[in-house]
Amino acid sequence: SAPPCGCFILQRWVPLIVLLCVSARAVDRSNFKTCEQSAFCKRQRELKPGRSPYRALLDTLELSDSRITLQLINDNNKVRLLLELYRLQGNMTRVKINELKPLKPRYEVPDVLISDPITETLSVVSQDENSLVLSLGGKDQRLIVSAQPFRLDIVEGPQVLVSLNSRGLLAFEHLRARKDTKSELEQATEQENVEQRTDEDGQIKEEEDKPGMWEETFKSHTDSKPNGPSSISLDFSLPGVEHVYGIPEHADTLKLKNTDGSDPYRLYNLDVFQYELHNPMALYGAVPVLISHSTDRTMGIFWLNAAETWVDISSNTAGKVRVISSEAPQTDVRWISESGIIDVFIMLGPKPADVFTQYASLTGTQSFPPLTALAYHQCRWNYNDQEDVKSVDQGFDEHDIPYDFIWLDIEHADGKRYFTWDPSKFPQPKEMLQGLMDKRRKLVAIVDPHIRVDNGYKIHNEILSKNFYVKNKDGGDYEGWCWPGNSGYPDFTNPEMRAWWASKFAYEQYEGSMENQYVWNDMNEPSVFNGPEVTMHKDALHGGWEHRDVHNLYGLYVQKATADGLVERSGGVERPFVLTRAFFAGSQRYGAVWTGDNAAEWGHLKISIPMCLSLGLAGISFCGADVGGFFKHPSAELLVRWYQAGAYQPFFRAHAHIDTPRREPWLFGPENTALIREAIRQRYALLPYWYQLFYNAHRTGYPVVRPLWVEYPNDVATFSIEDEYLIGKDLLVHPVTDEGATAVTAYLPGKGEVWYDVHTFQKHDGEQSLYIPVTMSSIPVFQRGGSIICRKDRVRRSSSCMENDPYTLYAALNSQGSAEGELYIDDFHTFNFEKAKQFVHRHLSFSANTLSSRNLAPDSQFSTASWIEKIVIIGGSQPSSATLKNADDTESALEFEFDSTLAVLTLRKPGVNAAADWTVILR
Amino acid sequence: MTCLHLLLTLVFAVSLGTPVEIQRPRGVPLTKKPFYEENKPFTCLDGSRTIPFDRVNDDYCDCKDGSDEPGTAACPNGSFHCTNAGYRPMFIPSSRINDGICDCCDTTDEYNSGAKCENTCKELGLKERDVLQKMAEITKEGFLLKQQLIEEAKKGREEKQGKVTDMQENKKQLEEKVEALRTVKETAEQPEKEAKERHLKAWEEQKAAIRLEKDKAKMAEAFLELDDNADGFVSVSELQSHAELDPDADGTLTETEVQGLMGGAAQVDTSTFESVWTNIKDKYHSEVSREEADMSSAQKARDDFEDSEKALREMDDQIRNIEKELSFDFGPDAEFTYLYSQCYELTTSEYIYRLCPFNRVSQKPKYGGSETNLGTWGSWSGPENNKYLVMKYEHGTGCWQGPNRSTTVKLTCGKETVVTSTSEPSRCEYLMEFTTPAVCQEPANMDLLPHGHEEL
Repeated sequence: SAPPCGCFILQRWVPLIVLLCVSARAVDRSNFKTCEQSAFCKRQRELKPGRSPYRALLDTLELSDSRITLQLINDNNKVRLLLELYRLQGNMTRVKINELKPLKPRYEVPDVLISDPITETLSVVSQDENSLVLSLGGKDQRLIVSAQPFRLDIVEGPQVLVSLNSRGLLAFEHLRARKDTKSELEQATEQENVEQRTDEDGQIKEEEDKPGMWEETFKSHTDSKPNGPSSISLDFSLPGVEHVYGIPEHADTLKLKNTDGSDPYRLYNLDVFQYELHNPMALYGAVPVLISHSTDRTMGIFWLNAAETWVDISSNTAGKVRVISSEAPQTDVRWISESGIIDVFIMLGPKPADVFTQYASLTGTQSFPPLTALAYHQCRWNYNDQEDVKSVDQGFDEHDIPYDFIWLDIEHADGKRYFTWDPSKFPQPKEMLQGLMDKRRKLVAIVDPHIRVDNGYKIHNEILSKNFYVKNKDGGDYEGWCWPGNSGYPDFTNPEMRAWWASKFAYEQYEGSMENQYVWNDMNEPSVFNGPEVTMHKDALHGGWEHRDVHNLYGLYVQKATADGLVERSGGVERPFVLTRAFFAGSQRYGAVWTGDNAAEWGHLKISIPMCLSLGLAGISFCGADVGGFFKHPSAELLVRWYQAGAYQPFFRAHAHIDTPRREPWLFGPENTALIREAIRQRYALLPYWYQLFYNAHRTGYPVVRPLWVEYPNDVATFSIEDEYLIGKDLLVHPVTDEGATAVTAYLPGKGEVWYDVHTFQKHDGEQSLYIPVTMSSIPVFQRGGSIICRKDRVRRSSSCMENDPYTLYAALNSQGSAEGELYIDDFHTFNFEKAKQFVHRHLSFSANTLSSRNLAPDSQFSTASWIEKIVIIGGSQPSSATLKNADDTESALEFEFDSTLAVLTLRKPGVNAAADWTVILR
Repeated sequence: MTCLHLLLTLVFAVSLGTPVEIQRPRGVPLTKKPFYEENKPFTCLDGSRTIPFDRVNDDYCDCKDGSDEPGTAACPNGSFHCTNAGYRPMFIPSSRINDGICDCCDTTDEYNSGAKCENTCKELGLKERDVLQKMAEITKEGFLLKQQLIEEAKKGREEKQGKVTDMQENKKQLEEKVEALRTVKETAEQPEKEAKERHLKAWEEQKAAIRLEKDKAKMAEAFLELDDNADGFVSVSELQSHAELDPDADGTLTETEVQGLMGGAAQVDTSTFESVWTNIKDKYHSEVSREEADMSSAQKARDDFEDSEKALREMDDQIRNIEKELSFDFGPDAEFTYLYSQCYELTTSEYIYRLCPFNRVSQKPKYGGSETNLGTWGSWSGPENNKYLVMKYEHGTGCWQGPNRSTTVKLTCGKETVVTSTSEPSRCEYLMEFTTPAVCQEPANMDLLPHGHEEL
């Protein structure tokens, strides 16, 4: 992928400037705005905490079953706002603020919420002249509206959970007519507004125009801002909170940093060439969800706004030495967006899992990928031609390394005309795809949203004739430079356009495509090489809305339309698999994301962990980083370590820039080939567990990979850990991410718990920092005592080849001698699990020397050829006999082996079908 | 569901026209059959444990070395043997048993997967024999050619070595001559020197004046001589006929070199010829008599000395060149010698690739544009058992944000010496395929080719 822009543009279009770029190895920061350079952010940030000019007009209160509304007035300019409060099912509060009478409608983000959230009754508990107390039900949860100054507090008993506008940073730039160009009508409306404003008290402070309100120039680009200033801001205070997470995507620590004295975290989907680590700059995707956590409570704030957004974090304990202080810790968060309305969901937890459920109820859960998508992906910009694809495919077999997908980047298409094939390099795509299919493997071809302006290109002509392109401010088709040269950008916010786009993936439309071909959407921020900040002009038009309003949504729509296309081409049968670079809240519903154009550096390997954990907290579980690093050439050691780490991250794909030397797994000598093979094999053996976790993520919204604190919310030692994480709740991974490492120190959480090294079965106590010597073959992974994990230990050349293979159960006992786990099986690729309840979901439990498999979904139906080949009980004792009892009460003795040094009991070949009821009794 | 692929396969083969049945567990090669004796306990081939025979191929891995499951996918490290009657037998990793993909041409790896495999061994065998036969023919002819090459190289080498020896002998004589002439020169210069000492200043002035005059005359003369077409200009081609002017003394005076001598001009007239003259006068050989009537005896002695010294230098160069050539590693029998100072081209849709073995590889756009160096001779870098199968050319022109270009040349046996393909598998790393008789191995006996009954 991810064909970078920045210098590349220069290389391709202005050869003379190439030399300037060669020395610029890192991001060119000057291409991207700081808050200071973004006029609305600067204006908003100039506003300091203080007494809010806003006042709630309690006498305007209107109460219905589903919501209450009341008006707010800004005492400085007399503009009225409408406040809507909702109590939502599942312990959430929604706060909406819009202008009472905006000059024209302000954008409200569509298509992100999966449905209108279900409301619950908000009842007034008490009211006086300056406040209104509403019941949120449950444990004395109240929502308190204070009138002057306006503020909202959500409390539980005596404890304040969150306060809004407590620092007085609510600022709502109302739409106003342009002074120089006011039409008579506008003037009349203006007059009316002013009259209305003067109702309150005679004085109106006319707001002065500030720089950048009506026009803004950055580098050579001018934003015409026909609607003038429209930004919004609101502050949230979280008493008792020292740790906040989320708001991806940033190449930064898991725990968000204090932004006092630096730029706020920025959310604005951008194609950033050679991004830097550890700074709050915007990257390719944006999910405006922030999670707060303390030992008392986990909560979330979901700021539903798709415009450019900045988030300030300020903590009163940040950077301070924790001497005994009378000041209670508190974190303040401030959101600033360029346009739209304030629409915020406060997810009240209280447990981490509750927040995930709450957020999933709003924006949906992770799509359930076909199993194959969880396997290993081999990518490179570019596999040159069919012959190259074939020889790489053969290379994997020759070196006995499994893989499921080979990927084609932009060079595969004819002149970067997506949906086509380069006739000299890929003259027979179906032959190539059939060759892969014969090996039960698959291919991904890139389809980017920029469309080559070329009247010999069918896709362009159709978009043109259907008038589906985004328009520039003057109403003509918007054009920008991207890979193909001059390109148009289809308006993916238009549902008709999306339906048309989806139809292009039909086999008869997309010539040369087959059912084992899947899709990758890159450059969908959207990337515009010659646009401001390498993206689209904000005054470009999507129907009636400005690009400014919808920017962060564009990428989501591209992936959605593409995923819809893959579903449609199969007649609604097959689950799609689409990878995207740009994303927004809700993108989890459409496929996988990756962390964009990283580099072959140890720092980039390290940051892949917090980056994917942050995405998981914000609902997007299917995340990975380019294994090996996209830019630059990794050393053999870095590559091996990256494979070892990547094998334990949700999306596992190696990728490389076109200018780097080849790096297929066998090109670094036999020893490294063996190390990489082993890492990939570990991934394949663990696919049943990954698949089960994705199934659960799909059902519940729980992240697949989790920071430790999610499962150990009371253990403060875990709150800042980002060099290790949990897969589900049962595996703890601490990959080696340091050059020349001879040891790592892993923190094993859980007082009274035990952890077993999955490779050696060695037992370790919880709540300790464990020093682990490592060699090049080490991937420190621990299984939680008390868990049962199913693996398929017969690793074959692709996951499809393993579909009917037997399972081995690894039961790791806790200190009470018990364990439990799950096993999920279906056809691994269709929607039948959902539509026809065709799946197997088993609960496995071991206690009192009895291991049993119980059906978790009695109304489901599926038959599998898989069986149980082996049961390994770790931390057990030696029995005198082991008896297998089948569902029909027949019994048979099982042979077993016991390793007394490690206390590992291996039961030989139970042979029962994986879908059956059975019990094994040890005596 | 699983214990079904238990046991024995029947293998039919043809030997001396008589059908023979040999029973052994699935996936076991004939050579290992003795270890798998039915109804006797089986000992893992690594000796690690002994199990009842009914646990062989029972789809559960008991042996650490995988030897109890030669016919199932149960062991992670097992291997399966397919007989492939009609083609060649092979081992596949046991993970490829019943994985739905046909690996063995006799279909024996997919006995329980539902994969629809067809026995293609006969076809493959025929095809392979065909290919092998063709290969063998090529190898045979190639090998003969190689013998000639070796012979020629041997001769050439001997000749060159002889030449070097002769030249070294001549060189000795030359050296002596140079010394003798030096003495003559010094003697002849003695009066000059004395005069110089006496009238140093005057002498110098006089000498300079004389020299200048002479030089001018010589220059004018040379101009006329050089101006073959008498158009009043000396052109590049006119100058190029004077091989003695070669600045690097490599024996050829290239156009570029001449342009250098001419300061980049395409032609010069008499007025601008002066600067060219400065560049060439020391080496310039007049087309008419080199004799100058009024040469002083000292001058003559000097010239004689300088001539002989120059001859000595030239001889040194020649010796060095031959020694350089002789020092190249042209293969165990010097069979690659013939490639030296040759170039081979391949034209693709976009470029003309040029391989000059032991020198450099280059690429030139077909439709104009400058040549790019894809690497200069580095080393033989084939596999350990035969390093002469791969040539490596390194340190070519640098790439943007990337390495210097380099080229790997893979050599295969062929009757002709040709570049057969080029590719750029990785940015700026080129791969070239090159056939030459020089790598043809002595042909194997055709009788050893598989005929479908080597495995019983």
